[in-house]
Amino acid sequence: MKVKDVAEKLGLKVFSAPQGLEREVSGGYTSDLLSDVMGHSQEGQIWITLQTHKNIMAVASLRDLAAIILVKGFEPDADTMELSEQEGIPVLGTRMQAFELSGSLYEILK
Amino acid sequence: MKLEYKVEGGDFTAAGFASSQIKKILKQLNIDPSVIKRVVIALYEAEVNIVAHAYRGVIKAHIESGGITLTLEDEGPGIPDVEMAMTPGFSTATKAVREMGFGAGMGLPNISENADSFNIETIVGKGTTLTIGIKFK
Ligand SMILES: Nc1ncnc2c1ncn2[C@@H]1O[C@H](COP(=O)(O)OP(=O)(O)O)[C@@H](O)[C@H]1O
Ligand SMILES: [Mg+2]
Repeated sequence: MKVKDVAEKLGLKVFSAPQGLEREVSGGYTSDLLSDVMGHSQEGQIWITLQTHKNIMAVASLRDLAAIILVKGFEPDADTMELSEQEGIPVLGTRMQAFELSGSLYEILK
Repeated sequence: MKLEYKVEGGDFTAAGFASSQIKKILKQLNIDPSVIKRVVIALYEAEVNIVAHAYRGVIKAHIESGGITLTLEDEGPGIPDVEMAMTPGFSTATKAVREMGFGAGMGLPNISENADSFNIETIVGKGTTLTIGIKFK
């Protein structure tokens, strides 16, 4: 499944880097701790978080994640979107909270 | 190959720059992706620690055919109890830093897990030097 399929199925807003919607999704990882994601996420996963600052893009890029989904209506900072465009890793958004979104993503990926 | 990067304490906007540069170089050198992953995890955590806990520092990377040696030397408060600092979950990070999702106390344990060799030299009131070695095979 591609990021764009996930975005369509879950009705996600695309904040940045639409060119990255073709990236393949291998799974998901839900966490707001950057060290946790750094140490334990896997390449190709979609990262679900409420963190909106630029460092999430550094982590996503260093760990080759497929995309980031911001929960609870949070929006990315301007420099986060800038880096997202540069790296080609999309930042998406939803009004759902992390529990609901993780459940929905799990359902469509299994 | 020898590379050097400066890191400013407190400047989270630039955190991860050295890690991403080194990642690119290792990719160009066709290093095994699982090795690159370990280098990136260890270096990012060490880089963020300078930003979060020290005043300024220098990262040196020495890439040879057999592996990479990373030296991160900072001017900062030093670490009074290294064993305690190495304990998973131990952190002295400020509330603001924690709210950003840093300061979970997983950095030094992550470095140690991913490095083939790891050494901490520290003088309280002066600074800290980490030496991280990762073999390519
Ligand atoms: N370069 C450093 N200079 C001073 N103290 C440090 C440094 N690196 C780590 N520490 C100390 O060790 C603790 C644990 O580090 P770490 O495991 O990376 O967790 P965290 O950075 O999330 O607090 C830090 O909270 C800090 O007290
Ligand atoms: Mg740390």
